[in-house]
Amino acid sequence: MPEPTPEHHLPGAGRTPEDGAIADTGMGGAMDLATAEGETLEKTPGGPQGTGPSEKARSLWSDAWRDLRRNPVFIISGLVILFLVFISLWPGSITWLSPLKCDLAKAQEGSQPGHPFGFDGQGCDVYTRVVYGARTSVTVGVLATLGVALLGSVLGGLAGFFGGAGDSILSRITDIFFAIPVVLGGLVLLSVVTSNTVWPVIGFMVLLGWPQISRIARGSVITVKQNDFVQAARALGATHSRLLLRHIAPNAVAPVIVVATIALGTFISLEATLSYLGVGLKPPTVSWGIDISAASPYIRNAPHALLWPSGALALTVLAFIMLGDAVRDALDPKLR
Amino acid sequence: MGRYVIRRLLQMIPVFIGATLLIFLMVNVMGDPIAGLCGDRECDPATAAQLQKEFGLDKPVWQQYLTYMGNVFTGDFGTAFNGQPVTELMATAFPVTIRLTIVAIVFEIVIGITLGVVTGLRRGRPVDTGVLLLTLVVISVPTFVTGLLLQLLLGVEWGWIKPSVSSEATFGELIVPGLVLASVSLAYVTRLTRTSIAENRRSDYVRTAVAKGLPRRRVVTRHLLRNSLIPVVTFIGTDIGALMGGAIVTERIFNIHGVGFQLYQGILRQNTQTVVGFVTVLVLVFLVANLLVDLLYAVLDPRIRYA
Repeated sequence: MPEPTPEHHLPGAGRTPEDGAIADTGMGGAMDLATAEGETLEKTPGGPQGTGPSEKARSLWSDAWRDLRRNPVFIISGLVILFLVFISLWPGSITWLSPLKCDLAKAQEGSQPGHPFGFDGQGCDVYTRVVYGARTSVTVGVLATLGVALLGSVLGGLAGFFGGAGDSILSRITDIFFAIPVVLGGLVLLSVVTSNTVWPVIGFMVLLGWPQISRIARGSVITVKQNDFVQAARALGATHSRLLLRHIAPNAVAPVIVVATIALGTFISLEATLSYLGVGLKPPTVSWGIDISAASPYIRNAPHALLWPSGALALTVLAFIMLGDAVRDALDPKLR
Repeated sequence: MGRYVIRRLLQMIPVFIGATLLIFLMVNVMGDPIAGLCGDRECDPATAAQLQKEFGLDKPVWQQYLTYMGNVFTGDFGTAFNGQPVTELMATAFPVTIRLTIVAIVFEIVIGITLGVVTGLRRGRPVDTGVLLLTLVVISVPTFVTGLLLQLLLGVEWGWIKPSVSSEATFGELIVPGLVLASVSLAYVTRLTRTSIAENRRSDYVRTAVAKGLPRRRVVTRHLLRNSLIPVVTFIGTDIGALMGGAIVTERIFNIHGVGFQLYQGILRQNTQTVVGFVTVLVLVFLVANLLVDLLYAVLDPRIRYA
């Protein structure tokens, strides 16, 4: 194995992970840098290893965090998501109009100074509506994912831990939910809802989404509970709750996080699809799905009213799916 | 083998009952089936009572469900509220959706597997990276956006296809809608084939095949592909049900009068019998497709034996 060239040890040289990856000194240089990265990381406070028992968690989570930081996919998607969260919290910071103040006289007009994306069929400013639509999508995606992850991992985790009749029943119930097409279930359930808040949509997603997470969590808990350290803790007289919370959960949570991150993207996409079909969110709420649906009849005259919200939607879903991909690569021990 | 099939068929029963009961409850408890009948006006109480009696809606829900299922198994799916038997609606709608699904699956097999093999054999090269990125983009863009964009470009701007499909819905007209319906699964098939090929490429039997001097083409098609396709076949099999159920969006964009169209109309008009009938058939298709996939395993991989 070739020795790393001296300049890699100079301060400031080759500190970024990208430099390490393309170092022409071969594996020696890259691995040397990798350990250096690990050492600096141990001194950094915070990070995702803040939860869980510090000794165990540090190895898995800090490895993953190190992998993530040198992954350009993670950096790009992370920046896009940070930006989305920012404009969801403070949409007024990059737009100055109200998404609900429209001027019919300007309907379907193209791009103008001060209105970069033009106007939609109701004469609303497309740029402003795209900005405000981010809040709805992010809210629905995040809340639905939290609900699904919580419900699914609690039910799946308990079923995997205790086994027995409860486990069999839960498995059959998840089978039933898998047999119902999602969009169809959404149409049936949401078509009778008259509320124009985001809650029915989120509730529906949690109702139909938990079996997926529950299956993952169940499998993960079953794998982890056969480990020696769980047997040891059990032999020492640990209670069920201590076993589950202190020993099993921190080691079984990684696959759930991966699936939940990717699911976040698909929930955003599903919300838009349901809104497009007319059963998701209802008009005073600003949503990309509603805008795309409203713009589709006059796609010939004003394609911009359809293209901008579609682009924003696709970019958002892409960012979350890419983030999920990167997190999976970092957390999957098989790829190490 | 026979015993395995019987056990699987028995396992299907609770799932079938559960899924249909769930949809039945959703439709019945959430909506008022009579409300759709009187148009925009409120129903006159006497008429409403009469209608409820006529359709058996005054009985408890479980009894309605049992009656309904009893009828279904004698081939009677009930009548839609416009008087047309639901089976008649099915007879016109299912052939269209089946054609659409066939087009979609052909796309998945031809394009998905080809791209997967090409990228799997050239892992890490620019072709591989490019196709992988492309699949990510396709997965991210919701189907209805892909559909609307293709309709705008091919149908409106360039005039290659008619923007909406006629009521005959021939295979030729369904090519673009089929591609739209297939798009997301197509990307998954590509990724799955790629991973599978890349994994098996290093296996012993491939090395043996190369060592005994077989031409590369034969190694790939006969040895590598046959062994790598097992997970892909599973995915495509389970996708059949999802495609038929997910065609609602595609059928709405291209105005195709298939299952999705009828279901959409049924739901908007709160037409219980139509919705439950179509969903029952879709759930059955999904379950049977899953069973067939599991049986196909044994054919593809002789190592798997069902006792």
